[in-house]
Amino acid sequence: MSPTTKPPVKTGWSMGIVTPRIGLNIAAIATLAIVPAYAALTGNAFALTLFTRVVILALAALSLNLIMGFGGMVSFGHAAYLGIGGYAVGILAKEGISSGFVQWPIAIGAAALYALVVGALSLRTRGVYFIMITLAFAQMIYYVAIGLDRYGGDDGLTIYHRSAFGLIDLSNRTIFYYLCFGLLLVGIYLVWRIVNSRFGMVIQGARSNERRMRAIGFPTFRYRLVCFVIAGAMCGLAGALLANHTDFISPAMMHWTRSGDLIVMVVLGGMQALFGPLIGALTFLVLEEGLSRLTEYSNLILGPLLLIVAISIHGGIDGLIAGRRSG
Amino acid sequence: MAEVLLEIEGLTKRFGGVIAADEISLMLPAGELHAIIGPNGAGKSTLIGQLTGEVTPDSGRVRFDGQEITNLPVYRRSQLGLARSFQVTTLFPDFTALDNVALSVQAHSGHSFRFWTDARSEIALREPARTALARVGLAERAATLVADLSHGERRQLEIAMALAGRPRMLLLDEPMAGMGQEESIRLMGLLRALKGAITVMLIEHDIDAVFALADRISVLVYGRIIATGDPAAIRSDLAVREAYLGEGAADG
Repeated sequence: MSPTTKPPVKTGWSMGIVTPRIGLNIAAIATLAIVPAYAALTGNAFALTLFTRVVILALAALSLNLIMGFGGMVSFGHAAYLGIGGYAVGILAKEGISSGFVQWPIAIGAAALYALVVGALSLRTRGVYFIMITLAFAQMIYYVAIGLDRYGGDDGLTIYHRSAFGLIDLSNRTIFYYLCFGLLLVGIYLVWRIVNSRFGMVIQGARSNERRMRAIGFPTFRYRLVCFVIAGAMCGLAGALLANHTDFISPAMMHWTRSGDLIVMVVLGGMQALFGPLIGALTFLVLEEGLSRLTEYSNLILGPLLLIVAISIHGGIDGLIAGRRSG
Repeated sequence: MAEVLLEIEGLTKRFGGVIAADEISLMLPAGELHAIIGPNGAGKSTLIGQLTGEVTPDSGRVRFDGQEITNLPVYRRSQLGLARSFQVTTLFPDFTALDNVALSVQAHSGHSFRFWTDARSEIALREPARTALARVGLAERAATLVADLSHGERRQLEIAMALAGRPRMLLLDEPMAGMGQEESIRLMGLLRALKGAITVMLIEHDIDAVFALADRISVLVYGRIIATGDPAAIRSDLAVREAYLGEGAADG
């Protein structure tokens, strides 16, 4: 028996003492919590806009991390759920149904239904084929949106009234920000419960070794499919938020490069890290914004930078902070 | 003779021109430890694969506890109580030893559409897992990541995972391969302790272990069973000696 037993590296959020990882997560949460106060004090309305975007895309990345990080399902069509959620809100608003109690459940339900169809077909494949099928479906939805002439086609559609929730006025940017922030925190809590539950064990086991999972008696397909649908629903909600944030929907919401951005956020923040998507979205969007102010060739800097992160630090920023073993 | 637990009838499988299973028929009474021996490439792993469902036979039937399972998917067979260990260890490397076994317990404790409770805090999963780990002598390594276990320990963990599902039958694919002597002896002790309680089909290259443990032995050569019998009968079977036990034995 070897005495050099290393402590187990728990996936996700390890409870107990304050580690550098927990410190970083708390710092990120605290920063996001005071953004509206900062914006109000400095009169910098743009900061609120930027960070609303960060929080919404963090929710989308969180849902992607559930299937890609914890479940090993690399979906390259995740922006489609953003688009479906957004179009549900935009289309209903155009047709005169502005109640958020109708719009949002439909946005979530439509994204979940789409995930069910895509998952049922794509989860039978592996590796590159899985990536290609999820991409192909997303492209299909993208072109469907372009074909929707009544809803702006290629040009998109302006939403004149944000989703109505009785007394809660979403056109108040601070209220809207805190709503998005609150939903993100709820989402993180849900993912935490899910990945540590029996269901989460099955999902993670299937990522690690699906053949073995079947051998010990798990019908893995149905669990992976349900996981795929949960992620789709969560991202559909992010889409509904994004449409309200920009007061606009267009096919660009679900362009394939957006799917790529979401993957980058997850990898950058750290796959299988509970707060990874938040850290990743924050870093990615702030860097993108900052660099675009310095130079119009910002992608020339951002691209290689991300490449270096992906290659050199296994486990993303979370791995760097938590000192996770590489390999 | 006890009731028949596993019944194999005319199992045939071809891979292109190679015949990996040629009309294999075999009956295992409940509680028997049945060893399959044979040279490399005789089709031993293909036989295991057809029993677990990973390989679909071209023809033939498999019955388990009176139920036809020839066309059942892998996970269903496992749920019926047919557990296996792998020749090449295929565990969950980023989980601890205890997590691995607890997953196996979980697989046999109803459905897993439970999204809320922390599975690592569920005594109903952890306790049976600890028991299974202790049974194979890995109790002290419960919190160790599989990636940090030695080769021999991983093989022990394989057995613990198979046992944790409370199987009625174990298919052990070369469980002693790569084990140190001490570990092999411990595993043999474990298999001896299981004898009678669990039906075992053992594929193993360690001939001494096979002859010491098995109730009956079948010799598989080029996909065909050329002899089945108790260890003494197999030892004295000349055909077997020529085909498998080595030139020295046949010459003498």
